[in-house]
Amino acid sequence: MKKDLLGIGDLTRDEIHLVLETAEAMREIGQRPIKKVPTLRGKTVVNLFYEPSTRTRTSFEIAEKRLSADTLSVAVSQSSVLKGETLADTALNIEAMAPDMIVLRHASSGAGHLLSRICRSRIINAGDGMHEHPTQALLDAFTIREHKQHFDGLKIAIVGDLLHSRVLRSNILSLTMLGAEVWACGPSTLVPPALDRFGVHVTTSVDEAVADADVIMMLRIQQERMDGAFVPSLREYFNTFGMTTARVGRAKPDVIIMHPGPMNRGVEIASDVADGPYSVILEQVANGVAVRMAVLYLLAGEAEAD
Amino acid sequence: MKKRLLKGGRVVDPANGRDGTFDVLIDGDRISRVGRDLPIEGDTVVTEIPSGLIVCPGLIDMHVHLREPGQEHKETVATGTAAAVAGGFTAVACMPNTVPVNDNAGVTEYILKKAAGANLARVYPIGAVSRGQLGEQLADIAELKQAGCVAITDDGRPVATAMLMRRALEYARMFDIPVIEHCEEQTLKGEGVAHEGFQASALGLRGIPSAAESIMALRDIALAELTNGTLHIAHMSARQTLDAVRWGKQRGARVTCEVTPHHFVLTDEMLAAPVAYDTNVKMNPPLRETADRDAMLAGLADGSVDAIATDHAPHHYDEKGVEFDRAPFGITGLETAVSLCFDRLIHQGVLTLSRLVELLSVNPARILRVPGGSLSDGAPADVSILAPDLPVTVSAARMRSKSRNTPFDGWTLRGGVAATIVGGRVVFVNEAVDIRV
Repeated sequence: MKKDLLGIGDLTRDEIHLVLETAEAMREIGQRPIKKVPTLRGKTVVNLFYEPSTRTRTSFEIAEKRLSADTLSVAVSQSSVLKGETLADTALNIEAMAPDMIVLRHASSGAGHLLSRICRSRIINAGDGMHEHPTQALLDAFTIREHKQHFDGLKIAIVGDLLHSRVLRSNILSLTMLGAEVWACGPSTLVPPALDRFGVHVTTSVDEAVADADVIMMLRIQQERMDGAFVPSLREYFNTFGMTTARVGRAKPDVIIMHPGPMNRGVEIASDVADGPYSVILEQVANGVAVRMAVLYLLAGEAEAD
Repeated sequence: MKKRLLKGGRVVDPANGRDGTFDVLIDGDRISRVGRDLPIEGDTVVTEIPSGLIVCPGLIDMHVHLREPGQEHKETVATGTAAAVAGGFTAVACMPNTVPVNDNAGVTEYILKKAAGANLARVYPIGAVSRGQLGEQLADIAELKQAGCVAITDDGRPVATAMLMRRALEYARMFDIPVIEHCEEQTLKGEGVAHEGFQASALGLRGIPSAAESIMALRDIALAELTNGTLHIAHMSARQTLDAVRWGKQRGARVTCEVTPHHFVLTDEMLAAPVAYDTNVKMNPPLRETADRDAMLAGLADGSVDAIATDHAPHHYDEKGVEFDRAPFGITGLETAVSLCFDRLIHQGVLTLSRLVELLSVNPARILRVPGGSLSDGAPADVSILAPDLPVTVSAARMRSKSRNTPFDGWTLRGGVAATIVGGRVVFVNEAVDIRV
């Protein structure tokens, strides 16, 4: 693997499979009475979060602790960024204390690339702007593989705010590389330009997207996009794109419903779908820890090999 | 001042229909004569022009940011004009988005005083269209013109309302100066930082659609037609804008346009590689697609494009060393333009030399109504001596500009500058060229 994990684009298909297989082994650790192995003992991991995050930060922290890394989380609020020091200076200051890895969440696309150019530490991208969220895509792939055993020819419908979604971009890269057939669906105001050049089917019809789907992955739509600029109203969005039991009925009988969280119940997904039998949303969260342990382990292993 | 004879160079002077081996006699600060085998008088300094070099009227960059007053950490009039003469330019026209804005005679006079002190390239200040570049009320344009401004623009902050633009075109007509527009419809641009297309989508960057530029070009051309005002469209990037200009010219509107070297050399693929999210490829207007780049080359070749200008926009490395979406727009251009023009336009067979001199000298002088653009008898002795086959490796660290924000660092190009003469004075000699002046 490369020095850093900035995006799925940094990985080959074989490396994705390696992460998924390693995550299988890591999951077992989480099921033991004493959930800890000494693998990363003596390694320091800094979680540098410039955006609020509950799930991803907790998941990384638990993964790091289960591998016995010395870990700390730094939450930097956007307001202090505006007055305070630059990202590069903050990173160089942290770097001066010789961590082994930095896990970065940042509102700007490419923030991880900036760190990668100036830091010796390995950088793991925990979400950069509208660009990528590679560990989310890996845990999504892990969850899909667990249910479907393979990816070849699976119809995967990704529905919601495609334009602003880093989860979409990472998932398109990983799922198409793994052999799935990806359908991207959202209101035409929220479809990134030239999305059809990413090797996916693009549609604005939910019915078409979910028809005979093996996997339905919902994306969060931000409340602030509902003020009429992108979508006329919350009500119209739910009526047109919300995932309801009736729409799920068009998919394959063994369809699974995914969501990277946090969910807006009654906006992009009806509660009875989110809580229903097809939902694997909490499994995704559980798998996130194992997948992040695998990523940390594999990158640290590369460090040893250096 | 003494006389100087530039002997035996290939003189390319399209304004006088010359392209051949001639001698150029300079008397003091003026061109005295151009002819074959001119007699050498006793007190004349003779400069033998080595074969292969080109002697042409001084290049004029009609779109630069010198940053003074107010942002001297990026550039000053002295460092900017040093960069200009090293890049072969004998004159530059500087944009008014200084701090404070050049919207009054005081700022214009300050810039001219600094230029006189530096005594390198000629500096032609461009005044603001509106007071404070706020787009609300017209600046005191008569005063600006009298103080030395050669055009008006709100560059960087396009004139948002059609009514103010109409008034600017009408008002500027009285003084026979062009209104230069940075065409960009602000609501369409939004928070955009890169060309809206595949690359921006893949990198998760907010897009600036080509229509943000062309829509305003179309509006302004319609207003130029309405008012019979003189419009110049700055740094075109989109093929649709070029089509708009062609349409306007066909209709007889008084419209001209310029394109930058980076827009005829680079595309938005530079956003992803070789360095992903390199803030030195962030500029406004953004690098667009191959079809746009090719359209600019076609427009340069077929005469639709009137001028090449650099949009030299120096920024301190601290300002560029941040997240892509937070970095300022702009790159330096004065010291790379000539090499890029030779390498990509002349050696690729896109343009003839005489057409290149039109784009870099004749037309900028004509559009701004400033002296220069020819080697006519009695014209100012502003001469660029160019070396079309000089191997050049671009080095940001060695530039005269105070800033180093160029995406061309390390590029190897064929063609460069040998020497620059302003008002009869040799202000730059390239030590890499075997020439004694």
